[in-house]
Amino acid sequence: MAIYSLKETKQPPQSQTKAILWLKDNLFSSTLNVSLTFVALYILYLLLPPILNWTIFDANFDLTADNQSCGREGACWSFINANLKMFIYGFYPQEELWRVNTMFGLIAALVAFGSLIKKTQYRAHYIIGSFLIYPIVAFILLYGGLGLEIVETDKWGGLTLTVVVAAVGIVASFPLGILFALGRQSEMRVVKFISVVYIEFVRGVPLITILFMASVVLPLFFSAGMDFDKLLRALIGITLFQTAYIAEVIRGGLQAIPRGQYEAADAAGLSFMQKTMLVILPQALKISIPNIVGSFIALFKDTTLLLIIGLFDMLAIVGAATSNSDWLGRDTEGYVFVAMVIWVILYSMSRYSKRLEVRFSTEHK
Amino acid sequence: MFIKLKSLLYDNEVRAIAFQVLAVVVIAYFAYQAFDNMMLNIEQRGIRSGFGFLNDEAGFAVNDNFFLEYSPASTNLQAFYVGIVNTLVVAIAGIFFASIIGLIIGVARLSSNYLIRKMATVYIEIFRNIPILLQILFWYSIALSAFPSPKNSINFFDSVFLNSRGLFLPKIVVGVELYLVLASLVIGIVGYIFIKKHSNKKHDETGVVTNTIPYFLGLVVVLPIAAYFVFGAQLEYPALKGFNFRGGIDLSIEFFALAFALSVYTATYIAEAIRSGIESVDSGQKEAASAMGLTQAQSLRLVVLPQALRVAIPPIINQYLNLTKNSSLAAAVGYTELVTIFSGTVLNVVGQAIEIIILTMLVYLTISLVISLILNIFNKKMQIKGK
Amino acid sequence: MSELTNKEIGEKGCCDIIEIKGLEKWYGDFHALKEVDLNVKEGEIIVICGPSGSGKSTLIRCVNFLEKFQKGSITVDGTELTDDVKKIRQVRSEVAMVFQHFNLFPHLSIIDNLTLAPIWVRNETKQEAREKALKLLDRVGIKDQAEKYPNQLSGGQQQRVAIARALCTTPKIMLFDEPTSALDPEMISEVLDVMVELAKEGITMLCVTHEMGFAKKVADRVIFMDEGQVIEQNTPDKFFENPESERLQLFLDQILTQ
Repeated sequence: MAIYSLKETKQPPQSQTKAILWLKDNLFSSTLNVSLTFVALYILYLLLPPILNWTIFDANFDLTADNQSCGREGACWSFINANLKMFIYGFYPQEELWRVNTMFGLIAALVAFGSLIKKTQYRAHYIIGSFLIYPIVAFILLYGGLGLEIVETDKWGGLTLTVVVAAVGIVASFPLGILFALGRQSEMRVVKFISVVYIEFVRGVPLITILFMASVVLPLFFSAGMDFDKLLRALIGITLFQTAYIAEVIRGGLQAIPRGQYEAADAAGLSFMQKTMLVILPQALKISIPNIVGSFIALFKDTTLLLIIGLFDMLAIVGAATSNSDWLGRDTEGYVFVAMVIWVILYSMSRYSKRLEVRFSTEHK
Repeated sequence: MFIKLKSLLYDNEVRAIAFQVLAVVVIAYFAYQAFDNMMLNIEQRGIRSGFGFLNDEAGFAVNDNFFLEYSPASTNLQAFYVGIVNTLVVAIAGIFFASIIGLIIGVARLSSNYLIRKMATVYIEIFRNIPILLQILFWYSIALSAFPSPKNSINFFDSVFLNSRGLFLPKIVVGVELYLVLASLVIGIVGYIFIKKHSNKKHDETGVVTNTIPYFLGLVVVLPIAAYFVFGAQLEYPALKGFNFRGGIDLSIEFFALAFALSVYTATYIAEAIRSGIESVDSGQKEAASAMGLTQAQSLRLVVLPQALRVAIPPIINQYLNLTKNSSLAAAVGYTELVTIFSGTVLNVVGQAIEIIILTMLVYLTISLVISLILNIFNKKMQIKGK
Repeated sequence: MSELTNKEIGEKGCCDIIEIKGLEKWYGDFHALKEVDLNVKEGEIIVICGPSGSGKSTLIRCVNFLEKFQKGSITVDGTELTDDVKKIRQVRSEVAMVFQHFNLFPHLSIIDNLTLAPIWVRNETKQEAREKALKLLDRVGIKDQAEKYPNQLSGGQQQRVAIARALCTTPKIMLFDEPTSALDPEMISEVLDVMVELAKEGITMLCVTHEMGFAKKVADRVIFMDEGQVIEQNTPDKFFENPESERLQLFLDQILTQ
């Protein structure tokens, strides 16, 4: 018999409900799994109650309480509320806070507007334009001038300072990083040598030594009398540091471009500048975007080192707030709060980066 | 004549050389200016030059010290050495625990058990997205407030004590007995290597597999312990005298907090490296291995791990380097490693920032270089041929 | 007569070496195999073909338990396949598989790829394993590449090595899962030639393939599957010249117009 009788499509045999089946497969499928499940539950039992108790159940949510009445069994969240302005604005004068708010508001507006423009041909112009103009506007808002009162950088602090340093770091290190990445690929031996030495040197030492170098050594290189703003020194240090890492990320992108692209550009008669700007860099940058975001995340985390050289980023504010005799001993609340804020920012960035990765991998190559 | 010159101007090679010469000249000019200014500034501020300060008396005490002799009367050079040793000790401790935690979490990430998998993912997402400095400060503040005072120390077998001042361990007194115990350990290891070699040869020639684990336990574990009891190496136990413990090895609470934070943080990256290493092995490999009749253990040992480790080990070694660099954040809690002692205290006293920072950077550059060399050797040996 | 097979031609058709009864498999809610019945006699060459998604690969992967099934039974050389690890290992020692993507171990040399299973599963000595491996490499024409590594060989060479590796465990049954689908056209014939040689030696073969020329040359039976079930089976001539079911006719039309 050549032909078989046709069979019907059926549902899989189910002896139990879906929920029980899931439990069986995922948690109890073998003796090893059963014991692992119990170990996991035990660990959760040890960790979760104390943490939840301290942060929520035993915590004092009365935002007007002072240090005494807050008690010690749980977190004292009024500490955060009382110092919230310092956490966000640092020591910025009260009357001028609107300037910082304006600066943040402008960022939000620019980003929102940018996502509306989407795919028009002016998108690149918009991005580059805002990258060039916004820093100037932001600086005037924060520092002063043009009729606004001067607020010295030693008053900048908290989330504001963290954002400013991270933003300046990424914007300044980007073009420099591109230069060094191209330099490292260059066939000119001197240029390549300088690039390699710079990159490997900076990547081989801890950031704190670079910051110390910028703080202490840099002023010595300039004629006496030029008083170097403390924040400026730190920014230079962070930029120098970040440049080396961005350069490696971009170099990875450059190496991922098939040789054929370089050859095609050369065959078309493009000069080095044209070839680089029109063909090579756009592709290299696009490939590297997930890693660039990763580098930015690392930079954001590194801004906390400002604490060690005496600048008041968000982490340092915890120390500043608890040294106040009103709030002694509330370090833990401060650290937890700052950790949560930073965590939310960084986690969002890494999720965004993953979405970008997916978008670029499914795009037409 | 002019045509020749003009063509020279557009010649790529000539341009390249001219550009490089120009670059060198410009850099040299600025370097000279900077150097000149620097000498001027140093003179004006009355700071000395050169490395003579290394022979001066340090004049300060150091909180943590392992192995070396040091007192405030020691020289700055000796302080430098203490700093280097302290950096290496906390780095090695961090690397050890980060690897263990990272291995567990990395494998857990791939578990078929939902709870274990999710917990590992949560661990990684939490500790990866919080700055390391914040983690260091956090654990330090927890340790200070949560650990008991020396009088009420947490006590393990009356020989290990944990309190808010630190972790106190018994110290092995260096002497003949210690050397005998160490010698027995060495003999045990060498003996085991011989037995393993012999067993491998036997397997090649007869196909018979011998279990060498009992030999391992007997030679490398039991033998030194037996030697310890037989020869009686001395231990100096920490004892509570007054407000603190004396004797034994004391790991300061700063060391503890720093090593702990570094381990927990770096473990997230190690876990991800291990996970991506294992995932990089094509599922077809595992299928082919099990289709041939290899057991799970054999498949893991002979097929999966060799390929997974080749992918995982370079980023893991990179993380070891990062951990070592991150140990420089000790300044925030006062653990006296290289940066805190040398670029901190000594620099404040002596003022010669340039020499000191250069020396500090050289130490880290040397460590980086050594690690890079190790990585290069590893990559060369492990390269999968034909790829 | 090669010493690797221990039966003679003529004994073909003696006993059922594979018995598949009422086999059903689901991937989640998707009914992948619907009540499949198939009996394979020792020494038979079976070719299974059909459109993609028809369940052909799933079927042969059930025979060596790379895929689990929910209903029905599979008995291989007297051993019934269940969750019992011992039984699974017993079956796998008699069944070898050649994969579409070769699955050679890239970190081992060719010869080490071949000797891995004999040394660690059958406890042969290194010497014996190597001698046998070299003989097999010679049969498939790769002898001088023995110390090379898989990535240094072409696709056709790698698949021939994979066949040699499968033969190293002296299997009674060989499963082929689309062995030439991942090869460049000019390398397909070198692999098919090796498979034809094998077929002539009397080993039981189950091949999932689109290579109809191969089927016409050596197959004892050709089976057509569609949507998870066996639709039609016949000897090669009748199968290709006189397809009885509509679906098979449609399928053959589609293949031949390529």
